[in-house]
Amino acid sequence: MQIKEDTLNYLAHLGRIELEAQESKILSGQLKDILDFIDQLKKVDIKDVSATSHILSISNVLRDDLSGESLTREDALKNAPVKEGNFFVVPKVIE
Amino acid sequence: MNYQPVIGLEVHLHLKTKSKAFCGCSTEFGKEPNSQVCPVCLGFPGSLPVLNQTAFFYAVKTGLALNCSIAEFTKFDRKNYYYPDLPKNYQISQYDMPIASEGFLDIESEGKPKRVGIIRVHLEEDAGKLIHRDDSSCVDFNRAGIPLLEIVTKPEINSPLEAYEYLTLLKSTLEYLDVSDCDMEKGSLRCDANVSVRKKSETTLGTKTELKNMNSFKGVRDALAYEIDRQIEVLGSGGKLIQETRLWDPQKLKTHPMRSKEEAMDYRYFPEPDLPPFVIAKDKCAQIKREIPELPRQKVLRFMKEYNLSAYDARVLASSKSNALYAEECLVNYSGKDKKQIVNWLTGALLSQARSRNCPLSGLKVTPSDLIKLVGFVEKQQVSALSAKTVLAQMISTGRAPEEIIKEKNLSQICDESSLEAFIEEAIKENPKSVKDYQQGKQNALMFLVGQTMKKSKGKANPKVVQELLKRRI
Ligand SMILES: [Zn+2]
Repeated sequence: MQIKEDTLNYLAHLGRIELEAQESKILSGQLKDILDFIDQLKKVDIKDVSATSHILSISNVLRDDLSGESLTREDALKNAPVKEGNFFVVPKVIE
Repeated sequence: MNYQPVIGLEVHLHLKTKSKAFCGCSTEFGKEPNSQVCPVCLGFPGSLPVLNQTAFFYAVKTGLALNCSIAEFTKFDRKNYYYPDLPKNYQISQYDMPIASEGFLDIESEGKPKRVGIIRVHLEEDAGKLIHRDDSSCVDFNRAGIPLLEIVTKPEINSPLEAYEYLTLLKSTLEYLDVSDCDMEKGSLRCDANVSVRKKSETTLGTKTELKNMNSFKGVRDALAYEIDRQIEVLGSGGKLIQETRLWDPQKLKTHPMRSKEEAMDYRYFPEPDLPPFVIAKDKCAQIKREIPELPRQKVLRFMKEYNLSAYDARVLASSKSNALYAEECLVNYSGKDKKQIVNWLTGALLSQARSRNCPLSGLKVTPSDLIKLVGFVEKQQVSALSAKTVLAQMISTGRAPEEIIKEKNLSQICDESSLEAFIEEAIKENPKSVKDYQQGKQNALMFLVGQTMKKSKGKANPKVVQELLKRRI
């Protein structure tokens, strides 16, 4: 299946990445390969296979509700590109 | 035109856990910004979520209380979107296998019973908090990762009042379950609404709008009423509605379209690979079910049956678990036949005092046994109803027993004739005209004389006895 340019641009936007023309060309090809592979999988007879929602057929464990140590504020904010006082600062997100 | 509103409600609720949903950070409210964060809730690469069992069991408990079926097998999914309050760029939520589904809550609206269907109850995590300034936004991630329960109704609510009643009973039920603070001011309970209107003859749903930013149940009711009128007006004038999100403005009492952000969200849900699925064992489920206390609606029905209360009184008293407990202690121990005598004190003076102090009935200094004593004094006419109010006010402020206060303030009611004689004599002497009026058949004149006698006794005379004595004298 061919990947339309619109579809690729939409996906890039959802992932918040910018694509150069050259990259777009490579990625369209790779996406096409992935979808073709999925098409192949679709042909497999799975009548007798039960559905899974995780690669491992295990059930999870739970932890007790105990509050423990958090990071220090210095550590938490250490890698923030912009910070002010105890806050992370981001470009304004509402009008 | 005959339009019918169709409303669905989505409630988000902070669960009352000590730690966050998937990490050990504290959930305490009001702490320094970004002081309760760790690699998991900040979305650092390589960190892994581990589910809090209290949050998980609270979700099951709520589902059971809302008459839902509980999934034997449940999983989490990633809801992907970019927003600065969401550090991982996805929210751990539940998509197609919620913990609980297909339940209902029976409410009452304008005296009529109504069953509101619940589509699903699922567990997810809250996002951080944004504080917007002129040129930038500040982010506090203390709230990010707090366990959030989403409770979604079917589009079966048909009026703003029904929505209000549903929310009130839901909140009260959740408080009985003790799974959340349900404090809208702190944001631990939030409600969004979907609303559309359709002609009564139609079966398909009209174009809906999603309402947000209501910060009280009254706000939800008002926003819905406004939005329903607006939609009917648009349709009535031949216009077309568009599906959109609108924000309620509690100052202007209007909804307006939400700007920016939304360009049809595409969340691309997929199973959360970091969390294998969960199995809810049948016996665990049964155990949680046994722990569910009597819920408000059942309590109302029982109060009506056992103590012969009116539906209104029963609802007022049962709306909070702690008040219901206090009221029931009064009702059980009160030996009078007509429980209304004590109920009137509970739902009247006592409850209004508690409300004005923003505390439960038990938070006032009046014990159930002291209240019962006071009501007894009034019944035996040892204290007038008016003086009893003074006594109660004293009991509330000092916590002392009613008999002590009555004695100290000399408030006991005068019933015996000899003590009242002097007051009556005086009243008659000073008001010859009223005496004459009464003798000529004016009943009001008698009441005036009773009033005058009461005044002379400084309110301590028993008005019934005074009336009898006056009648005999004149
Ligand atoms: Zn954390």
